Amino acid sequence: MATIDYRKSDAFKKKLPRFFQYLVLSIVTLAIVVPLVIMVFGALKTRGEMFLHPYTLPIPPHVENFAQILHTPSFWLMLRNSLLVMLFSTAGVLIVCSLAAFVFARMEFRGKDLAFNLLTLGLMFPITVAIMPVYLVIRQMNLIDSLLAVILVQTAFGISGNTLILRGFFLSIPVELQDAASMDGCSPFDFFWRILLPLARPALAAVGALTMIVSWNDLLTPLVLLNSDKFWTLPLGTMQFQGQYSSDLALTAAFVTLSALPAILFYLFAERQIVAGLTAGALKG
Amino acid sequence: MNIAQVRRNDLKSSGRGSSPRRTQDYVAIALFLLPAVILFALFLIYPIFRSAYYSLFNWNGLGPATKFIGLNNFKQILTDQVFLKAIENCIIIVVLSLAVQLPLALMLSIMVGRDLPGRAFFRSIFFMPYVISEVITAIIWISMFSPDPENGFINALLIFIPGVHAQNFLGDVNQVMACVFLVLTWKYFGLHMLLDMAGLQNIPKEIEEAAMIDGANRWQSVWYITVPLLSTTLRTSVYLSVLGSLTQFNLVWIMTRGGPVNASEMMATYMYRYAFIRYQLGYGSAVALVMLAFCLTFSVAYLWLNRRPDPLSGI
Repeated sequence: MATIDYRKSDAFKKKLPRFFQYLVLSIVTLAIVVPLVIMVFGALKTRGEMFLHPYTLPIPPHVENFAQILHTPSFWLMLRNSLLVMLFSTAGVLIVCSLAAFVFARMEFRGKDLAFNLLTLGLMFPITVAIMPVYLVIRQMNLIDSLLAVILVQTAFGISGNTLILRGFFLSIPVELQDAASMDGCSPFDFFWRILLPLARPALAAVGALTMIVSWNDLLTPLVLLNSDKFWTLPLGTMQFQGQYSSDLALTAAFVTLSALPAILFYLFAERQIVAGLTAGALKG
Repeated sequence: MNIAQVRRNDLKSSGRGSSPRRTQDYVAIALFLLPAVILFALFLIYPIFRSAYYSLFNWNGLGPATKFIGLNNFKQILTDQVFLKAIENCIIIVVLSLAVQLPLALMLSIMVGRDLPGRAFFRSIFFMPYVISEVITAIIWISMFSPDPENGFINALLIFIPGVHAQNFLGDVNQVMACVFLVLTWKYFGLHMLLDMAGLQNIPKEIEEAAMIDGANRWQSVWYITVPLLSTTLRTSVYLSVLGSLTQFNLVWIMTRGGPVNASEMMATYMYRYAFIRYQLGYGSAVALVMLAFCLTFSVAYLWLNRRPDPLSGI
């Protein structure tokens, strides 16, 4: 009898913390998800429904808000601008950083340590601090109000962190491979292009995914460097839309949902790469 | 460690000259580094000097800067009550992040642990806000915080509690910073949790088990074993968090524009207002340099304080 009691309380002792764990985690999950769900529900209601029953399920769902936004040409223009900026910035970061990371991982030259330290100094200048000085330079280059300016600045501010990440990955590829290639008459560039990059594909995917997210979400660079609305990116356009249509909550919710959708889909699709990039960056920096 | 270092250098230098890998091909090195160096110099190094120059002028961006005023801009910034308020607010966010947000992230990551069923699910959900842009985050929370319970979900919940009235939140001088901090936590604790979880993976389970066998309870094992072993990750978290708080702009700008009456002013919103709304580019440059000084001071202090090696890897 006593033993059974003992076992019972032992099992209870084990299960109770589990229960609390799940309780706390569920509360946090709700705190994360509820604001997002309210927004999506709001987007599926008409303006009147939104006014009368702001927090109920959208039954029946209305897709008119989405349709209205998808029929405005400016939404597609913003989407196009955001995509252009993201693709070129990411390509830029991948090319520039993998070249530099290769030198820092595999080549020797005088002043390498100094150059590397200078590079890591770049981590201390978040774009927010630098945007004012950068604006002056972009103005001097006559690049104000062009997507090229946004691409160049995003690429430049991606260099430090991503070169560090890629260098870490490159260092983990065996040196013997380079020796063997070199003996077979492979130039450094051939080795880089034909052997190192294909091997580092997971690392490139991680850096690429991370850069895409950063570029896609960037507000400050386009906000400061772009004037005309034909160049607006999605975050910039979303911000202006909210200011303009703040009285139509359902329409705003639809716009916000549509502009959040690409990032969330991309996240579900590339979570592994994003997580790999972030943790590698954090542990090496 | 030292001996190994010396040996490695020996090996390196003996390999030089006749290096089979041709690791000193200077043409290749120059070509490979060129793009990075150009972008880095053009957008990170040069702009700072340019800003330093203009910070000495009263310049509205039209025509060349001619009104040289020496260090007057800096004097004005550092005596401006609004800027001092902005510094105070940034420091409040830094302190709250370190005292609340990071411990919360650590607690949750320990709770999820290594093998809790549903671990991947919770990680995916908690990290999701990090992927959503700050613009969208801000707009979502503007509506959550709306003073009208018909629009603001938080107030809709609050008025269920007897005796509690709808709050002004973002419109209230005394509440706005707490609201900003809540949103920052919503968006960023997932990142820190992700880093902590990755760090926890590197700690051998056996160490904690050994402590348990020696009679340590759960809290002792977390405090004396897990936290010290996680120090590299935690330091990174601290660094990212402080630098992010000092330079916070997007969320605050969209939610409050630094208001009401400068109650949520940040250094970055202050700079943006002067530089890009009032077009006082000289003054804005000076503000940017002051912010840079804050970040550099912190970074240097951080590097100096963190010369201790990591307990797990020894680096």
